[in-house]
Amino acid sequence: MEKVVFKRPKYIKKVPFHYCPGCGHSIIHRLIAEVIEELDIGEKTICVPPAGCAVLAYDYFDIDMGEAPHGRGAALATGVKRILPDKMVFSYQGDGDIAAIGTAETIHAANRGENITVIFVNNSCYGMTGGQMAPTTLLGQNSTTTPGGRDKDRDGSPIDLSEMLAITKGAVYIERTAVNSIKNIIKTKKAIAKAFKVQMAGLGFSLVEILSPCPTNWKMSPVDACEWIDDGVMQTFPLKIVKDETS
Amino acid sequence: MTIKPKKGRIVIDSKLCKGCYLCMSVCPSELIVISTELNEKGYYPAEFTETNAGEDRKCTGCAMCAVICPDIAIEVYRG
Repeated sequence: MEKVVFKRPKYIKKVPFHYCPGCGHSIIHRLIAEVIEELDIGEKTICVPPAGCAVLAYDYFDIDMGEAPHGRGAALATGVKRILPDKMVFSYQGDGDIAAIGTAETIHAANRGENITVIFVNNSCYGMTGGQMAPTTLLGQNSTTTPGGRDKDRDGSPIDLSEMLAITKGAVYIERTAVNSIKNIIKTKKAIAKAFKVQMAGLGFSLVEILSPCPTNWKMSPVDACEWIDDGVMQTFPLKIVKDETS
Repeated sequence: MTIKPKKGRIVIDSKLCKGCYLCMSVCPSELIVISTELNEKGYYPAEFTETNAGEDRKCTGCAMCAVICPDIAIEVYRG
């Protein structure tokens, strides 16, 4: 008897993604939808999508969504969670969104220990607007605003937002993962599930930073982009559990 | 008693495939190739080559291609 071992998750609509070939966003969408299905929380989950490539995430998730202005994901999620404390509320943000314009909202939401989850997708550039330098762009990395590579003296060094948030008292669980290989994708799914469980247990602020390939703006093939996460991005942003106060 | 080998197969939705070929890079049996025909979007989609429905199939249904596929274009069957 033949059985299905892998199919489209229940909470992802059957529509084509608008993302570029090899983009990590749609892998992360799928992992989130799988976790929601496995925890059976589809009817009580509210997602706050960002400004950026994932701005149209509400076209793909079959759950309740409320769009946030640029960078204000954590602030909007705070409001939703305080009004509806029984719901599972998570914001989905990119690195330009959370680490540049939304730094203040994110740090203070973590510091207050808001019982929300943040999915932080780090592709080390501004993807939607054409690959400009983001705060997380690596030293020496080419972007449209740093031709010839990011220079430490001129542009500053890449910011490690997860480490910054880890020193706040309210943050409970912060982990950095990636979606560039089978092993890392499975680890990412576990990290998302743990972050959601932290929120459901009412422990406090949880965040999963996910290193994601952006082949279009890195000007690489999708396979090369996945390899470059191993060789380049992980040298600056090593995968680890940054903070875990759940036990 | 002999253990019946577990065999699988995959179905690639060529309308959803954007031709990133990450599935090709992870398939341990190298059963996925680039199609010679364009799809609606204008990409050359990935194509599953194993047409054999018998017992000596190479595809084990490990689902690694589906796990890495960014466009959820692959469904995996086993048994």
